[in-house]
Amino acid sequence: MELDPDDVFRDEDEDPENDFFQEKEASKEFVVYLIDASPKMFCSTCPSEEEDKQESHFHIAVSCIAQSLKAHIINRSNDEIAICFFNTREKKNLQDLNGVYVFNVPERDSIDRPTARLIKEFDLIEESFDKEIGSQTGIVSDSRENSLYSALWVAQALLRKGSLKTADKRMFLFTNEDDPFGSMRISVKEDMTRTTLQRAKDAQDLGISIELLPLSQPDKQFNITLFYKDLIGLNSDELTEFMPSVGQKLEDMKDQLKKRVLAKRIAKRITFVICDGLSIELNGYALLRPAIPGSITWLDSTTNLPVKVERSYICTDTGAIMQDPIQRIQPYKNQNIMFTVEELSQVKRISTGHLRLLGFKPLSCLKDYHNLKPSTFLYPSDKEVIGSTRAFIALHRSMIQLERFAVAFYGGTTPPRLVALVAQDEIESDGGQVEPPGINMIYLPYANDIRDIDELHSKPGVAAPRASDDQLKKASALMRRLELKDFSVCQFANPALQRHYAILQAIALDENELRETRDETLPDEEGMNRPAVVKAIEQFKQSIYGDDPDEESESGAKEKSKKRKAGDADDGKYDYIELAKTGKLKDLTVVELKTYLTANNLLVSGKKEVLINRILTHIGK
Amino acid sequence: MARNREGLVLVLDVGPAMHSVLPDVEKACSMLLQKKLIYNKYDEVGIVVFGTEETGNELAREIGGYENVTVLRNIRVVDEVVAEHVKQLPRGTVAGDFLDALIVGMDMLIKMYGNAQKGKKRLCLITNAACPTKDPFEGTKDDQVSTIAMKIAAEGIKMESIVMRSNLNGDAHERVIEENDHLLNLFSSNAIAKTVNVESPLSLLGSLKTRRVAPVTLFRGDLEINPTMKIKVWVYKKVAEERLPTLKMYSDKAPPTDKFAKHEVKIDYDYKVTAESTEVIAPEERIKGFRYGRQVIPISPDQIETLKFKTDKGMKLLGFTEASNILRHYYMKDVNIVVPDPSKEKSVLAVSAIAREMKQINMVAIVRCVWRNGQSNAVVGVLTPNVSERDDTPDSFYFNVLPFAEDVREFPFPSFNKLPSSWKPDEQQQAVADNLVKMLDLAPSAKEEVLKPDLTPNPVLQRFYEYLELKSKSTDAALPPMDETFKRLIEQDPELISNNKSIMDSFRGSFEVKENPKLKKASKRLLRDKPSGSDDEDNRMITYEPNENKIDMVGDANPIQDFEAMISRRDKTDWTEKAITQMKNLIVKLVENCTDEGDKALECVLALRKGCVLEQVSFSISAFALKTFSNFFFHGVFLHM
Repeated sequence: MELDPDDVFRDEDEDPENDFFQEKEASKEFVVYLIDASPKMFCSTCPSEEEDKQESHFHIAVSCIAQSLKAHIINRSNDEIAICFFNTREKKNLQDLNGVYVFNVPERDSIDRPTARLIKEFDLIEESFDKEIGSQTGIVSDSRENSLYSALWVAQALLRKGSLKTADKRMFLFTNEDDPFGSMRISVKEDMTRTTLQRAKDAQDLGISIELLPLSQPDKQFNITLFYKDLIGLNSDELTEFMPSVGQKLEDMKDQLKKRVLAKRIAKRITFVICDGLSIELNGYALLRPAIPGSITWLDSTTNLPVKVERSYICTDTGAIMQDPIQRIQPYKNQNIMFTVEELSQVKRISTGHLRLLGFKPLSCLKDYHNLKPSTFLYPSDKEVIGSTRAFIALHRSMIQLERFAVAFYGGTTPPRLVALVAQDEIESDGGQVEPPGINMIYLPYANDIRDIDELHSKPGVAAPRASDDQLKKASALMRRLELKDFSVCQFANPALQRHYAILQAIALDENELRETRDETLPDEEGMNRPAVVKAIEQFKQSIYGDDPDEESESGAKEKSKKRKAGDADDGKYDYIELAKTGKLKDLTVVELKTYLTANNLLVSGKKEVLINRILTHIGK
Repeated sequence: MARNREGLVLVLDVGPAMHSVLPDVEKACSMLLQKKLIYNKYDEVGIVVFGTEETGNELAREIGGYENVTVLRNIRVVDEVVAEHVKQLPRGTVAGDFLDALIVGMDMLIKMYGNAQKGKKRLCLITNAACPTKDPFEGTKDDQVSTIAMKIAAEGIKMESIVMRSNLNGDAHERVIEENDHLLNLFSSNAIAKTVNVESPLSLLGSLKTRRVAPVTLFRGDLEINPTMKIKVWVYKKVAEERLPTLKMYSDKAPPTDKFAKHEVKIDYDYKVTAESTEVIAPEERIKGFRYGRQVIPISPDQIETLKFKTDKGMKLLGFTEASNILRHYYMKDVNIVVPDPSKEKSVLAVSAIAREMKQINMVAIVRCVWRNGQSNAVVGVLTPNVSERDDTPDSFYFNVLPFAEDVREFPFPSFNKLPSSWKPDEQQQAVADNLVKMLDLAPSAKEEVLKPDLTPNPVLQRFYEYLELKSKSTDAALPPMDETFKRLIEQDPELISNNKSIMDSFRGSFEVKENPKLKKASKRLLRDKPSGSDDEDNRMITYEPNENKIDMVGDANPIQDFEAMISRRDKTDWTEKAITQMKNLIVKLVENCTDEGDKALECVLALRKGCVLEQVSFSISAFALKTFSNFFFHGVFLHM
């Protein structure tokens, strides 16, 4: 069946009308990768991760972009990208400027969504580069050629596409030349510097951000102060932090988690009724929803063209095709009770779609099993109702202060639900927001959704075994040893999803090998094998199982029933040995055969013949 | 009675003190029976009422006593009659003895089923337990109750008591109530019996488990601390949403004369090669395609099968962490419960040790689970302790699924501190809010916690079954209005509100809200009408309403807007040029005509320059400016251009 990816991520009961309220935030990126292809990029090398091997700066830049593209195509496949080399021998750009080469593949605009072919051919760029594009310094004093200036111009022209309101526009500039005009005569240098900076500033004024990814020589660090600090507009504070952060930036580009990035959108606009005569406006966001691999399109297996699914309702009595049948039936009391679709939706409509405050409770009343589905995040909005934010913040603070949560009834889901509104304070770390401030709406189960399993496992009048103080102490030691420090809830990548993306990439790009995906959810074996950990586990085990760890004692009913079974067989109706001698075992039923097997602690699996043979072997002994 | 059938006896108090809540008792019981009619139609039900004027039960006939206890219905397969019956419970006239009634109910179950059907026999008592019980002929009441409880346990009868006390008055009852509660507790400790105390009609409706679901384990196997230490556990669903029954589609196409018409509807899926063509392919000729950028990449089932992520069944411990590291809203799904294998005493102990210590030192366990072999993915979740309050119940864990990195959408939201102060409450307002949060209390210490999820019935299901019942009597029955009892769930409790009237009023007074006047109806509609997600390729940096886009002159009134609109027109190529020329002329005019408009002229120049950059028109602004402004003193302005 066809699934719209956004549909899947939507709160199931969202009202489609609310889609019109999508927040108008940049939902798309336009990116131009500018790669310096000067000879210096080829001759400068860095030691690679594999020892004894040197990688050229050009290689580093290109492979970084290749990795980034592979993540990009999955994470944000709507983004449009362009790849542009400068300091090239050949030229290829709309402005026909020298020394600038916009790399592209057929069936694609120069700035466009990435395609498998682009990635595939870009993966091989280093082999063909010299022949097709060529490296040549493009900043020439005499001719006033300035390839950096041209490159910025070309990139800016590419980024004319798309509205700033809906898109972020960025350039990534890879170079190892920290002083592009260093060798010029002073007057020429000043002039070129000025015009180039102005070009960059023009681009920035148009809302394009320029990000520099400088590559340092092993012996000489890239000196940002010579020229580029002005180009990217760093102030002195940022300057000191800039270079150390570069390595991380490159790594980040390469090692992006393959994850479909979704636009921030208001899932639902909610009216929160605090009391009669006071309602405020909230926006609901789906910040946590299970990620899925994206939509499935069914294709015709012979042509690989998409097939269209058509659903039809057929009356089994007459074979007539029906329009959406509107009648539903429920068999009840020997008759078929008929409901129209409209009636059924009326039944479900028991309140307005509002969120109604009912009261407050201490946080301890919210149990761990009071959960049904992912929560919805609420944040106030003064857009339509002025004063909403103030009331929201006041309640938010009070709830945090008093350690209470609000109970409310939310009519916006089917079925409407009782919800817990739990205030969450903002949590920041390293300057980033870990938890936004707001209220999380937790959907509570109804009485009949909760099952009483405890009761099922209690044995009236028989005290359940409880841990002794020593066992508790050992458990405590174990827990301290096995503590995951700095654990963060979402630190694990979804192993099945990552594998799926790896498969998709391998097939799309005709790669021979499947990219290895690591299952991060497996226990840390190394950590588990640390002697202290092993010892703590051993001691805990010892305290529970005693010296004889393999002997798990059976307790309660099961043991009794087993014994009884064994007993039954002892005074069984049959003389098995006699039957075996006369070959009459086959006249017994499987159940009867199993009685013997159970009584003698033999396996009871297999077909009848197998069972008979097993008994014969046993008697034979 | 077959394996998965239940024999239930409802023991209902209909004495005078119960009259006010009897309508709710009737509702709860009728819902229970209705669901049985749909889901468990072979279950058998008997009804005993007590507190009636007359007496009518077998024990009274056989051995005497057991007065004021009436068997309304002997245990029989559930049918429409009993569903009807329970809606018209008699109103009793005397205070009944719930112990007598329980014995009558128990006797019915034993006589009917004997020793068989362990665990499938259920005795359900609904009473206010506020009337004195008779003294036994010999021994104490405690002895008597213990004997009954042991008998109930031995017979494998499950008992539940719902004690409804909404507004008990008079201290005369206090001693009786205390004694009765004590007696009911004796049941709990000696038999599979639980007592639920409810105070509101809504909780009463929620307290009766109306849907019987046979618990099934999701997983039986090892909770692996490490490869050498494994705890045997069983995992069940603790929470699972109860939905409306799935209604079948109905076809009215068959002629009314067709007696054998099934009226069924079949859903067919056709896979068409293109929307227009009639060519249809078989389902097995399809192949799954996944988006990769603009393309759709087909992946065959074989490829998926051989390459996909593979899992092995098991629960593996990853480690422990501070409970505060797991925020409550990260729980992703309905909840499971992990109980130790009841036959493994050591596992019960191990779970008990870990659970109790977790609670003690506020830690939780992170585990990776694969419930079935070949499950398509592993889940990572958190085990939190469920330390049992009852001596006879083993300790266990709750299991909640946690999100993966991909499941989190990191959207930043403005910090409250950074919002303008007019959006934030002042001290007085904060105090008012504190008061509201404190006083609008749903869990007062002296009373029942109101709206406890465990005791709150689903209003939609209630309404559906009520409607179903009405429809079974008359096909064109109208949808009944929302049940009064459920008002407590969807609206604030009037009593709570009136008790806190001054607090509510001061909250309303302190936090005034008003519709944003700037957002007029028309603009609201505009907002709404704008198609979503339209990523207008042609939208320039400057966007205007399309109708405004037809500007073809740079006028005097709004020259900058006109210019920007013109320059962004795409219907003809020469608009840009025209716009620039007109703008230039206007600037010259502005500068020449009036010195006051220097600012305006300057703004125009800036707009012109911006437009030129945007449109990639080479145009020496300084040359133009120099020429135009040569008579004016503007050099300070142009320095930074």
